[in-house]
Amino acid sequence: MGSSPSLYLLGDVGSTFTKLCLVDAGAPAVLASAAAPTTVGTDVNAGFDAALGRLGPRAREAGRILVSSSAAGGLRIAAVGLVPELTMKAARIAALGAGGKVVGAFSFRLTAQDLAGLRELRPDMILLAGGTDGGDTEHIIHNAGALAAGLPGVPVVAAGNREAREELERIFAGRPEVRFAANVMPEVRRLDLDPARACIRELFLERIVAAKGLDRLRSRAEVVRPTPEAVLRAVALLSRGHGGSPGLGELLAVDVGGATTDVYSCAEGRPSSPAVVLRGLPEPFEKRTVEADIGMRHTIAHLLEQCDVEEVARAARATADEVRAWAGAVAGDPGHLPASEREHRIDAALAAAGCRLAVARHCGWLEECYTPEGRVYVQEGKDLGPVRCVVGSGGPLAAGGPRAGEVLAGARRAPGESRLLPSAPEFLIDRRYLLWAMGLLADHEPAAALELMKRHLEPC
Amino acid sequence: MSPSPAPPPTMILGVIGADCHAVGNKILELAFREAGFNVVNLGVMVAQEEFIAAAIETKAQAIVVSSLYGHGEMDCRGFRERCVEAGLGRILLYVGGNLVVGKADFAGVEAKFRAMGFDRVFGPGSGPEHGIAALREDLAARGAALGQ
Repeated sequence: MGSSPSLYLLGDVGSTFTKLCLVDAGAPAVLASAAAPTTVGTDVNAGFDAALGRLGPRAREAGRILVSSSAAGGLRIAAVGLVPELTMKAARIAALGAGGKVVGAFSFRLTAQDLAGLRELRPDMILLAGGTDGGDTEHIIHNAGALAAGLPGVPVVAAGNREAREELERIFAGRPEVRFAANVMPEVRRLDLDPARACIRELFLERIVAAKGLDRLRSRAEVVRPTPEAVLRAVALLSRGHGGSPGLGELLAVDVGGATTDVYSCAEGRPSSPAVVLRGLPEPFEKRTVEADIGMRHTIAHLLEQCDVEEVARAARATADEVRAWAGAVAGDPGHLPASEREHRIDAALAAAGCRLAVARHCGWLEECYTPEGRVYVQEGKDLGPVRCVVGSGGPLAAGGPRAGEVLAGARRAPGESRLLPSAPEFLIDRRYLLWAMGLLADHEPAAALELMKRHLEPC
Repeated sequence: MSPSPAPPPTMILGVIGADCHAVGNKILELAFREAGFNVVNLGVMVAQEEFIAAAIETKAQAIVVSSLYGHGEMDCRGFRERCVEAGLGRILLYVGGNLVVGKADFAGVEAKFRAMGFDRVFGPGSGPEHGIAALREDLAARGAALGQ
């Protein structure tokens, strides 16, 4: 295989489907895409071949095959830090930005009970932070010792106080699955996430890919990164632009899935006025969050608990009982698709409610405080009010037809809302589900990836 | 470990409570930094928990609290106890500014804040140099070296 260097076969081995996309980066053009059920339980190549068979003969000419993966539960990361609001939070943000799923977060000294909890969580790796540079070393040294003894063999990325590094190297001596990165929080309220992110990807490729059976793809494809990280790269490219081709500026992207909803933002998010006081940890320009309890199929029961069912019913022009009945039906049957007009309306209204919840949690918020000097506003997190563009991706949105706009409207800030959602965004829909693929292509052909995103994201 | 000069002592600085007086805070930051301290400035409207969290992460030797709007007593209540809870029982705790409303006798104000566990109390007339001199003295007494 491999005769046309501008032809890229891009793959995503997801938990449910293996998706393939054939791109000619020279034209540039998306030539074909196809999907087949993932077969990570047996040989992941079977699902890959099934999808390949649906792609047509040109796919065999691809000069390069790049694959992202969120199979087998995604990249499970446990975050360990010192203070919950500082280095533990920094570790969480770093793990999410690296495409991970944060399965647990721990602070201060790890206790025997914490270690038992950690073992039960079966993390693929642990991101160990703690202490600013020059600050506390005791906790991270204690925690490194506890992890070395309590969870031998579990990959660790140590990204804490650099003054503890020598001691940590001693503790983790002879452990090739342990990596060292620059501190995720070198100073109070300053984050430096890229070095830890690079180490996480390195370990993902070297260790996790094999552990999840994805190494069987290696004879034919390069497994390059976790899927959410590929999407974040695509969103960042779309925001910033490349070379002479401008990007779309600050933007937000929402991927509503069956089990989780991912939200990505590329925006500064600074306070809109000098009269607003910013509190808490600053957040990165490229930020990803994932809501494990907001999904349209597997987790729809949780979504239903958190949203106003009456309001969903009103939006869908249905009754609350009909909404509950629909949720009950699809929860037990993830492949269940809406058939009637009413079911379409209910599905879209629930997706809009999920979209609102997930975006609201991603954004910062504004609090009004009365002080002796008068009214003051305090902001925590990012103010995404000025963001002009919201991109929707994921199954329910792509399949939602004309209703995609209704779903994405959930990402718009309602009057008087304290959460800082985009106030007047335009909506774009990733109907061909290309974001992950363009994130993979961005490594080699950023200009083509940008051009294809601009061409195929449809206004709605 | 190779011998290296002792790092400058770390101190946490901020204006407590719902107080948004930012100018004095900036002046204190510059003055303490110039005097050789590693200043972690949390800015205005800082809660007790935020001072303590930053002190834990940075292993700070001192917390310097400003309060300019007259509600210092309420905002600072329980600060020392909270430090003790967080394992920072011995940290130096300074407070300064317009700590109470009106023209109260400073000796009385000082006594009140000392009783609350603050090591040093500075009134409205104090300049940064007073705080710097006091911090040098207190750290020297504890054997912590200043960077210069």
